[in-house]
Amino acid sequence: MEASAESGNLAGVRHIILILSGKGGVGKSTISTELALALRHMGKKVGILDVDLCGPSIPRMLRAQGRAVHQCDGGWVPVFVDQEQSVSLMSVGFLLEKPDEAVVWRGPKKNALIKQFVSDVAWGQLDYLVVDTPPGTSDEHMAALDALRPYSPLGAVVVTTPQAVSVGDVRRELTFCRKTGLRVIGIVENMSGFVCPHCTECTNVFSRGGGEELAKHAGVPFLGSVPLDPELTRCLEEGRDFIQEFPQSPAFHALSAIAQKILKETPA
Amino acid sequence: MEETPHDCPGTGSAQAGRGSACQGCPNQQLCASGAGAVPDPAIEEIKEKMKTVKHKILVLSGKGGVGKSTFSAHLAHALAEDENTQVALLDIDICGPSIPKMMGLEGEQVHQSGSGWSPVFLEDNLGVMSVGFLLSSPDDAVIWRGPKKNGMIKQFLRDVDWGEVDYLIVDTPPGTSDEHLSVIQYLAAAHIDGAVVITTPQEVSLQDVRKEINFCHKVKLPIIGVVENMSGFICPKCKKESQIFAPTTGGAEVMCQDLKIPLLGKVPLDPHIGKSCDEGRSFLIDVPDSPATLAYRSIIQRIQEFCSLHQPKEERTSLAPETQQNVLDESSPS
Repeated sequence: MEASAESGNLAGVRHIILILSGKGGVGKSTISTELALALRHMGKKVGILDVDLCGPSIPRMLRAQGRAVHQCDGGWVPVFVDQEQSVSLMSVGFLLEKPDEAVVWRGPKKNALIKQFVSDVAWGQLDYLVVDTPPGTSDEHMAALDALRPYSPLGAVVVTTPQAVSVGDVRRELTFCRKTGLRVIGIVENMSGFVCPHCTECTNVFSRGGGEELAKHAGVPFLGSVPLDPELTRCLEEGRDFIQEFPQSPAFHALSAIAQKILKETPA
Repeated sequence: MEETPHDCPGTGSAQAGRGSACQGCPNQQLCASGAGAVPDPAIEEIKEKMKTVKHKILVLSGKGGVGKSTFSAHLAHALAEDENTQVALLDIDICGPSIPKMMGLEGEQVHQSGSGWSPVFLEDNLGVMSVGFLLSSPDDAVIWRGPKKNGMIKQFLRDVDWGEVDYLIVDTPPGTSDEHLSVIQYLAAAHIDGAVVITTPQEVSLQDVRKEINFCHKVKLPIIGVVENMSGFICPKCKKESQIFAPTTGGAEVMCQDLKIPLLGKVPLDPHIGKSCDEGRSFLIDVPDSPATLAYRSIIQRIQEFCSLHQPKEERTSLAPETQQNVLDESSPS
């Protein structure tokens, strides 16, 4: 019944990476976006599939809001966010008539759309498909994983913030990965430390070290910590390319190191 | 049962069991009989149960990680500082329950009694209920699809022995989906005072929160107001303010003006908040003179004022002597 890995619209996709977190607002979409941009700067072709149906953030972060999805023989054509067409994107945000419209759907309807996103988007040839998810361990996650399983995804990057309240939710997400047989590529700690732009004092706004500790505890790789950087937030607000504009920021170094580690995982 | 047919008209619609998509559906007969259109009997049971609960407040946000649970926890703490006020805190974030940890109740278990599940009491006048109390280990993941989550929420509302309560605060997960629809449906007959909507200042968060506000309008849920959280950060060393999550489109203030809803206040980022939450204590007591504490207290006062101005009508009618008499007449055997 399921499409075999040889056929279908994902046949030309080499590596599939899911971005997960039990907690909301920890930076899943930020990491998805920046990871995609970092991989692009390394010469890769990247697609982003946004399966957060109730709160799609990626279109804004890539300045693609308001763009439309077109149909072709192969299915839906994703939205290309750059001239070179090296980053393509699919999100429920492109299917809404008004940007403020709420998608008030229960599980089965969400599952059906995610299935369609996986089977009907004509991605073409991609080196990486980054799948951004909503918080939790529920319908969207099971639907996405079920639909992607025939294409053997590379694994999951799990995002957390440093404080214990967030780490608690992320522990549950790791259990989800274990139960569903999804490999954990590693944990990213986001928002760790804020350097005051006035006096350069570093404050751990949301505590520190929780992500690394969790990785040790769970026996999974730790990919790195990304500091809080108002420039990064601003770039995402305005849909600008942080990787290109702020190569001197410590957040840039953290992000590109994470992308490097993922590249190493996947020999060309 | 796994999949709803693509064009399913919905069990409650007039087309139930008669649409073209219903052909061959195993539930066709059931739907066509109209059984699906009958409202869930739980709604009436919950209405009865909620008669002893004066005010019901939902804490919502379209966006995750903006501080819904932090706000819910502190609203509960602050209201319960008055020992004559009974407060109940219900966490319906089934997949990511944060309330047990924030209230310092991790590892507590719920007890069953003749009158239902007993909430976990932090103080005599502050009861807490969360799916977290039903898990055997903090690593346990609740990997549930919608219907199972809805069943849990129904149980929380119907089967928990809350007793006499002045304020029931319901903390929700991010989004506009199963949990939200369920809690509003189940409480439909019981009257919800309104929703407090939490956001952070940046547009990426506001765009999700606008959806949540649209959702409130769609389901006719009154909005008590919006709280802007993580609004500015004061460096503990040089005391200068910086915007970690800059309000590039004017923040909650402009959004509230545009949508004509009240802004209850702005809470600045204070690293002590996260620390108090991690340790399960009330930040309002830990750091009483922080600007964030003052902001919280003023917001909570406005919520109390809103609730006292919007007493449910039913309460007044049920107090009318003739109504009470009718009830007595009906229940008396003669």
